[in-house]
Amino acid sequence: MKQFLYFIRKEFYHLLRDRRTLFILFGMPVMQIIIFGFALTNEVKNSRIAILDNSKDEATTTIIHQLEASRYFDIVENLNSYSELEPTFQEGVIRMAVVFPEQFQSSLLHTNAAPIQLIADATDPNVANTLTSYASAIIMDYQNSMRETKAFPYAINTELRMLYNPQLKGSYNFVPGVMAMILMLVGAMMTSISIVRETELGTMEVILVSPIVPIRVILAKMVPYLLLSMVNIVSILLISVYILEVPINGSLTLLLFECLLFTLTALALGLLISSISNSQQVAMLISLMGLFLPTVMFSGFMFPIENMPIPLQLLSNLIPAKWFYYIVKDVMIKGTGLETVWKETLVLVGMLIVLLTISIKKFKVRLE
Amino acid sequence: MESAVKAERVYKNFQSGKTEIEALNNISFEVERGELFGLIGPDGAGKTTLFRILTTLMIANKGNAWVDGFEVVSQYKEIRKRVGYMPGRFSLYQDLSVEENISFFATLFGTTLEENYEFVKDIYVQIEPFKKRRAGALSGGMKQKLALSCALIHRPSVLFLDEPTTGVDAVSRQEFWDLLKSLQHQGITIVVSTPYMDEANLCDRVALMQNGKIMDIDTPKGITQKFPKPLWAIIAADMYKLMHDLRSDERVDTCYPFGQYHHITFTELNQEIQSIEKTLVEKGHADLSIQKIEPTIEDCFMELMNK
Repeated sequence: MKQFLYFIRKEFYHLLRDRRTLFILFGMPVMQIIIFGFALTNEVKNSRIAILDNSKDEATTTIIHQLEASRYFDIVENLNSYSELEPTFQEGVIRMAVVFPEQFQSSLLHTNAAPIQLIADATDPNVANTLTSYASAIIMDYQNSMRETKAFPYAINTELRMLYNPQLKGSYNFVPGVMAMILMLVGAMMTSISIVRETELGTMEVILVSPIVPIRVILAKMVPYLLLSMVNIVSILLISVYILEVPINGSLTLLLFECLLFTLTALALGLLISSISNSQQVAMLISLMGLFLPTVMFSGFMFPIENMPIPLQLLSNLIPAKWFYYIVKDVMIKGTGLETVWKETLVLVGMLIVLLTISIKKFKVRLE
Repeated sequence: MESAVKAERVYKNFQSGKTEIEALNNISFEVERGELFGLIGPDGAGKTTLFRILTTLMIANKGNAWVDGFEVVSQYKEIRKRVGYMPGRFSLYQDLSVEENISFFATLFGTTLEENYEFVKDIYVQIEPFKKRRAGALSGGMKQKLALSCALIHRPSVLFLDEPTTGVDAVSRQEFWDLLKSLQHQGITIVVSTPYMDEANLCDRVALMQNGKIMDIDTPKGITQKFPKPLWAIIAADMYKLMHDLRSDERVDTCYPFGQYHHITFTELNQEIQSIEKTLVEKGHADLSIQKIEPTIEDCFMELMNK
């Protein structure tokens, strides 16, 4: 036992004396959460638009004011003719243009129909979609306000309610994703590198020619990174609750337990990587290409898995991060309990057992 | 009593791409208890591979070996409890201090520095003043002493040192051999490998290795006595031309540069030296001097290699 504890202490010395790595390990989660939270967001805010108002009557002025008043749009140009539209889009100044025809209000009042044209720059289809639907909603609002004064015989109202994330904040989606990413990276990459480093330095030779049991070497390597990951989990959760205002709706204990489970899976993967790579570079490359990219691509936090071709959907089942992402979204955002995530939890437990067994079996008691 | 180390017809091959490299070819030897045994040979002779088989880090393709009476494959756990091993590269943690390194290796073997302080004292006192310093900041000789302390901390019965003096200055090398001698007096069997032929004389017995084979095993004296011919050292003003002229002379059997001199042997056992001298003077060699010398281990090594 004393042997084991000293081994762990030694691992901590390595970890704490490598200032640069340590800074990356603790700084990375904070940076990523903040970058994702404030810079890399796909929410649409303050999009620049242009107005071509051929009518300039009371109705168009009101609609333009309402567009201006919303936080989604910024009117940067008032165009005078249709021919100015194309050049303005080409300059890349605006994302969308709103075109009112001549006699807008009078045709609305007298023929009961008036068109408004929304022209959007669809180089980014998602943004174009979002912008036109926001604009349509604002225009519909205006129409509804008119109905109060004029009698309108029929109307279907759609009432929208955004469950779990009423403000449609992007952070509700990426906090679980970033958590999966960081835990995977820290766990797998750092453990594999720290084991391979010993082989590279030659110290593994000396450790092997000693009475220590392989499983203790493995465990001692895992403990420091497990603790480090727990610190990262707590800091991510603190940042998301207090800075990004993402609530923890479910049980904190359950959430922490699931994080622990996922971290262990990542550590076991790291052990496996270390047993198949013979240099620190190889270990790092395998971790990055083989774990980090799939984690980002197949966990469902960047790209919805349902939209992928079937073979990729099946492949995504092998990625631990996918299950973890489901679990965190359910527990943290939807506030559900173990009764809804037990299947995913079991999948992770299964993966952990399989990975750990393989890596302990594969741990070499000799050199190749 | 059984010997401390015993190898019987050990073979080891490595697969390198499509070609198979024969690292060890029919290696057999025994090391007595308390003996200081040297494996002498150039890089690539197979010394490290042999060490790794004996320290249970590798499995031989054929043959068998025992250390301290235990078989290296089936009883590897027993061996790991009782041998000390210092690999070729100083296997220390550069980012840990001297003290931390030694405590770590002590704990690894279930002991402490305090418990075995007396045992490693001779070596450890030399590095103790630097015990707070990181191992990475030590000089080559200091690192070597620290590595030796780490390998000795659990009072091993057999100590394996793989090229401990490579890359260490001459003074530290001498000190290191003195330390080995004193360890030997404490009853430890020491197997040491080195590419430096001059260190062979410091061992009780040596095995000369080349290309995975043991060419000869004997005491250093026994080996030099086996040298079959009289050996001459020759020096002249133009050593390069001298070498060329000697090698083209059919009376000369071998000619190798050794420091300032060339060491030569002749085809005839009782070759008259005057006639050789005469030829060389005729060829314009100045400051010529030839004298008969006792062969060194290196001479024997070269001789055995050419067999």
